[in-house]
Amino acid sequence: MQLVVNIIVLAAIYALIACGYVLIYRVSRVLNLAHGELMMFGSYLLLTTAWTFTGHPLVAIAVALGLSLVVGVLVYLFLMRKMTGEMVLAAVLTTIALGILLRGVMVIVWSAQQQYPGQALGFANPSIVLPGGARISTFAALIVLATAVVYAALFAFLRFSRWGVRMRAAGQNPLLAAQRGINLHAIYALAWGLSTLTGSIAGMLLALDSGLTGTMVLIGLKAFPAALVGGLDSLFGALIGSLIIAAAEVSLINYVDPLLADVVPFLVLIVMLILRPWGLFGTREELDRV
Amino acid sequence: MSKRMPRASGYFRTGYAQDFKLVETRLERVSASLFVISLAIFPFVASPFQLDLACQVFLAAVGSLSLMLLTGYAGQISLGHAGLLAAGAFTAGILFKEFGAPFWVTLPSAAVVGGLLGIVFGLPSLRLRGLYLAVSTLALHFVVVYIGGEYEAKRGYSTGIVIDPPSLGGHAITNPRIWYFVLLAAAAATFFICVNLLRSRSGRAWRAIRSHETVAEALGIGVANYKLLAFVISSAITAVAGALFAYYRGFVSVEAFSLFLTIQYVAMVIIGGMGSLLGALLGAVFVTLFPYWIEAVLAALPGAARYASVLFAVNYAAFGLVMILFLVFEPLGLVGIWHRIQTFFLLWPFKHRPVAGPNR
Repeated sequence: MQLVVNIIVLAAIYALIACGYVLIYRVSRVLNLAHGELMMFGSYLLLTTAWTFTGHPLVAIAVALGLSLVVGVLVYLFLMRKMTGEMVLAAVLTTIALGILLRGVMVIVWSAQQQYPGQALGFANPSIVLPGGARISTFAALIVLATAVVYAALFAFLRFSRWGVRMRAAGQNPLLAAQRGINLHAIYALAWGLSTLTGSIAGMLLALDSGLTGTMVLIGLKAFPAALVGGLDSLFGALIGSLIIAAAEVSLINYVDPLLADVVPFLVLIVMLILRPWGLFGTREELDRV
Repeated sequence: MSKRMPRASGYFRTGYAQDFKLVETRLERVSASLFVISLAIFPFVASPFQLDLACQVFLAAVGSLSLMLLTGYAGQISLGHAGLLAAGAFTAGILFKEFGAPFWVTLPSAAVVGGLLGIVFGLPSLRLRGLYLAVSTLALHFVVVYIGGEYEAKRGYSTGIVIDPPSLGGHAITNPRIWYFVLLAAAAATFFICVNLLRSRSGRAWRAIRSHETVAEALGIGVANYKLLAFVISSAITAVAGALFAYYRGFVSVEAFSLFLTIQYVAMVIIGGMGSLLGALLGAVFVTLFPYWIEAVLAALPGAARYASVLFAVNYAAFGLVMILFLVFEPLGLVGIWHRIQTFFLLWPFKHRPVAGPNR
């Protein structure tokens, strides 16, 4: 029972992070390898706002979320916009470089020590006993809830809203979309903003649950196989992929060897790349074969 | 008559013997011999610290040349370079610890292990391209590092494996000056292997694959074979570099082979300039010395003590920034800058090439 709860919590974490990869990839075909760092940046923003607005935790959270959206948009406007039209690899390498830059800046500004935004906000984190005897911490439960809400919102946004439809159009065929009068730069900037926002939600909840350290970057990177296993341009796929990765990781840690934790997602990824490189629910056409 | 002419004037080779030459003009001969002489004198005038820097540069050069072969010429993107270096280092370490093997056994076996891993790393490239290939090599990096970590943990070397310096005829190589020449020889050997590979059939095949795979296939090039060959050769050289690194440091640990090391090597290739061996060398020098420059700059700034604790973070940030600047503003890298300077002086006092003039 505890095992199932662990799997669901981990899957929710991965899914919440993975949707950031999917959003950007689906719209602009760029793989954002700085996602882990951006998500950590978001949680450090929460720490800062928690110090600034002491006594108003909800204000602090709202401001931090707004700021993270702005950070994502700024990253696109000042950096990734210059890489449009370049080789895809150059864009990916730029995100890697951005990740290194952010990692350095975060240590300079906030130091490398473990921080607890939960204490700064004055939140306690009691564990809840579920029927069946399994335990789950409050914020872990909140992560599952947030994942459900974020995914529902994203599905609705992409399906029904005007900007969501534009976003899908830009992802399918940028040239045609631009000719129909869709502002591609605005769409891309929005995708980066939303991606950073969802990543930051994941980062903040993780930081509230278990503290804020540099290992968060690795969690961000481990969520990437989840996105790829499901298919890099499919939100639904990201959910399923996260479940698969989380199930494999938790059960292998439990039954085989705890040291495996960091490689399991990548082992699953290799298997997937051999069998079905475009992922479970991804679009096949973008891969051409020899 | 072509002998004495500078290259920009339309330089023609008139025989096969000239085609085989590595240094052609007098200026090249003079500068090459000056370079060799200065390399030979350097260890006798340099401080131990500078000597160590030079050794690091040579080690990095071996790794970056092999990555340039794979990425810059064959066009196959690899993010598993640190994994291959780790494989070489661990081959040397494990053979030394388990069997007490001398270096003339461990180095070739590192090359063999690297070559075999090259096949493993290269197999996805037959199906995948670009981004997906990069991701699959990234995944293999984690697998190799995990296996290394597992070995360390299971055999009780949790802090790392200590390796004795290699010995030749009963004398252990510990003198930094000898190390300098050993590593210089390794770097030079790698450089000439790469130069000659690129001038041969395989080099031409790789370049064809890089520019257009389908066309290369249509021209009768065995794309799959040559892709695998690129991976095997590059990985074998990289693994030897890893083994040399292990001997030079006298110590192997998985912590040294993080993802950041891969990024550093990729940065060497990018900052140096894609598709140029000179670029790989320049990149190796730049990236290896970069943290020391940053340190020197910080020490010169007021309030140096304040930065001492976050020095590595400043390094990270500056490194990321430099990489971004190169990617955005100078995609051709240091070699691109060098060519621009060359062109400027060749054309002076004019600014542009004549429309129907000799192209490079």
